[in-house]
Amino acid sequence: MFRFLNLTLNGLTNGMIYAAVALALVMIWRATRIVNFAQGGMLMFTTFIAWDLAQVHHANYWVALVVAVVAGILIGGVAERVLVRPVENGPPLNAVIVTLGLLIFLQALAGMIWGNSQAHSYPPAFRFIGYKVGDRTLRFSPNDLFIVLSVLVVVIALYVLFQRTSLGLQMRATAFNPEVAGLLGVRVGRLLTLGWALAAGLGALVGVLVAGTSSGYVTPVGPFDALLIYGFTAAVIGGLDSPGGAVVGGVVLGLILSYADSYISNFIQTMYALVVLIAVLMIRPKGIFSRTSERRV
Amino acid sequence: MADELESPAGALIAPTSASSTDRFGVLSRSTLLRHTLAALVGFGVLWLLITSFSDYRNSSWIAPIAFTVCAAAGLTVLVGLSGQISLGHGAFMLVGAYTLALVQEHWTTSHGNLAMIGLLAAAAAGAALFGALVGVAAARLRGPYLAGATLALALGLPTLPSYEKLSGKLGGNAGLFVSSPNPPNGMDLYRWQSVICCASAVVVLWVLANVSRSRVGRSFRAVRDDEIAASLCGLSVPRVQVLAFVLSAAGAGVAGGLLAMIDLTAGPQAFPLSLSFGLLAAVVFGGLGSLAGAIYGSILITLLPLWSQDITDALSVHSHKVSSNMPLMVYGIVLTVAMLAVPNGIQGLLRSLRLTLAPGRRR
Amino acid sequence: MLTVEDVVTTYGAVRALDGVSMTVEPSTITAVLGANGAGKTTLLRTVNGLVRPRAGRISYEGRDLLRTHVDEVVRMGIAHVPEGRGVITELTVDENLRLGALWRRNRTELQQSLAEMYELFPPLAERRNKPADTLSGGERQMLAIARALMSRPRLLLLDEPSLGLAPRITAQIMGTLRRLRDEQSLTVVLVEQNARSALSVSDQAIVLNLGRVVVSGPAVELAADEKLRHAYLGF
Repeated sequence: MFRFLNLTLNGLTNGMIYAAVALALVMIWRATRIVNFAQGGMLMFTTFIAWDLAQVHHANYWVALVVAVVAGILIGGVAERVLVRPVENGPPLNAVIVTLGLLIFLQALAGMIWGNSQAHSYPPAFRFIGYKVGDRTLRFSPNDLFIVLSVLVVVIALYVLFQRTSLGLQMRATAFNPEVAGLLGVRVGRLLTLGWALAAGLGALVGVLVAGTSSGYVTPVGPFDALLIYGFTAAVIGGLDSPGGAVVGGVVLGLILSYADSYISNFIQTMYALVVLIAVLMIRPKGIFSRTSERRV
Repeated sequence: MADELESPAGALIAPTSASSTDRFGVLSRSTLLRHTLAALVGFGVLWLLITSFSDYRNSSWIAPIAFTVCAAAGLTVLVGLSGQISLGHGAFMLVGAYTLALVQEHWTTSHGNLAMIGLLAAAAAGAALFGALVGVAAARLRGPYLAGATLALALGLPTLPSYEKLSGKLGGNAGLFVSSPNPPNGMDLYRWQSVICCASAVVVLWVLANVSRSRVGRSFRAVRDDEIAASLCGLSVPRVQVLAFVLSAAGAGVAGGLLAMIDLTAGPQAFPLSLSFGLLAAVVFGGLGSLAGAIYGSILITLLPLWSQDITDALSVHSHKVSSNMPLMVYGIVLTVAMLAVPNGIQGLLRSLRLTLAPGRRR
Repeated sequence: MLTVEDVVTTYGAVRALDGVSMTVEPSTITAVLGANGAGKTTLLRTVNGLVRPRAGRISYEGRDLLRTHVDEVVRMGIAHVPEGRGVITELTVDENLRLGALWRRNRTELQQSLAEMYELFPPLAERRNKPADTLSGGERQMLAIARALMSRPRLLLLDEPSLGLAPRITAQIMGTLRRLRDEQSLTVVLVEQNARSALSVSDQAIVLNLGRVVVSGPAVELAADEKLRHAYLGF
């Protein structure tokens, strides 16, 4: 029972991380109907920037975090303007290949700057050691609590942005119907860039959070590829179109992976995600929480 | 040979020029004959290359290029002709490699050349079977969903041999042993490996060239261009899509089998995500849907890692970090730039060049 | 208020507008009539800057419209209700309305306009927090018009508001237009295929055929001209 509790807490923490990645993917998908395969690469790169600041230049944790998020926002905005804009209305295949190209490019660039050989450790924001219940230690530490709360705060902030502000309303209008939005005076191009920038900023936050977990580390390839897959799977569970679904999908996936990891085997994590992904796509290709129908042409 | 295999369906109607129709009569009428002739000539040229090249050239140029061609040709048919994407073609190579290793371990007694052909066929069949499985799922997925699923596959499958319940059978992280082919008298091993790889590549290209010029190939294009129109023409869209995956996976399976035969192991490390990305870069570089493009692309992605050290040295950047990431960086740039600026790749450039130089020729 | 002079708009080789001129006086309703493909929609799209003409001049209250960007046109007080209504179905009625007043910063004015719209179109008030895809065709048309009005326009460009609506609903909408003209001095350019109902509310009318103006004049006269009605208006 105690083990189950621990697994649940662990799954919840990881789930919040997957949820945040999924949310970033969903934001971009809603705005531009593109799955950003570069998401993993973008957040890897910004995490490296933060790592460089924190570990090499001994900057404060929070300074490094803020710099990473700002860098993410910039990378996201520039990527949309320069790379994505030309393929936005083309065949989906082209967009997939362009974002993949960006992913590979960022991986190579990070490798050139920081090297592939080492797995760099990243300082956590708070203690790793779990809270104590009686004489037993929970697998839930202040650092984990920080992760869960940060993602929650971001989710709520995004909810408020999208549902309660004029800017959010314009972003949603642009996502659903760019032409009509433009007719009403919405500056569509700018909002698309903003959508990518925000999503990449969220990704940057996730990167630093993941790197600072007890099992986390920073390398150009590897853990962040898997993170992209988990985020994608979570987003697909939620239907790619639904921010709320993405969050639920992230938590669900986090729990599934945590239980499977412990009760089956911890060698084949990505296979579980694949199985979940295929299962969801076969049963409900539009996702479990999706209400909206496929976009009309 | 593969030159004529351009993706636009219009090319099918008048693939050869009017003048060559007069000159070659039978040849231009029988695609099969033309492809066969081209395959024989191609293999002859390769044979000359192999026998004149050194061991180094054979082992690090010819053989790897040839098995990469097998996989890239399959991928270009899948992506370029049938319009389905696979970000994880390395997974099919892995299945091919393990199939070969397992069949060799459990069922073969001889190490003769006949057995070797059988093993490669088994690798193709194993990967094709797996391709059918993936294809059935893929036929229900579109664009980014399929891309994400195949990416997950390429990331997940190499972890499977480490799974406790399978590691005994699949050799865990170290992989399975594969015994070397026996070269005939008077030929050394590297040359013989090159011969095997080139022969396989020629066969794969020959098969894919004929298929894509056949009714099947036309149905691929029809489905790619407009699924609804294709189904209204009586094509079963899912069946066509699954078939494309089967064919494509078979090519990758052969490539994986060859790789295992050369490495003497079938192990998960040989199939990282970057392999799948490289294959995609190769076909995009060469021009999606073009078999000739798959060849150029394979040459690029095979030689690039070999030359990247020299390139970085020439730029007087003496850094292992830079040189070891050079190929990856080029893949990334090729993928983005190709999509933004040269959507039809090298083959497309060549074609437009030819059209400009010889405007009188019909396409 | 709005002057269109010798405007030529082409789509490739097709001349959709071939030297069209018209003048719209303040607080009037001007009907633009004609068959399919006569160039009615193109005229509206040219006026608000969605399509750039090859030649001609368009001015609005003395300002050159041809040098003005679409979102600037909205700010100048010209609202466009596109054909097929252009309601964003995924958003709620309320959100659609708010989109109409994007550039207005004043919150109390915004609330006031919302209240006015719900008063003007009571069916919308009942469904204010429902997604727009739950609305009927007539309600969507009302929403589209209401959204355009949210920007407090002085000139309203309406593209085929009666399309696919029951005659009773069409009559309601025409009635509302008349009321807006009389009570708020709104100027309306009304593109319609349904000439009979458009003429019933219009002050002026022009008839387009193959990109040219064939007749223009007071709506009453056009409605009385039997030969014209048979030739171009179909009633």
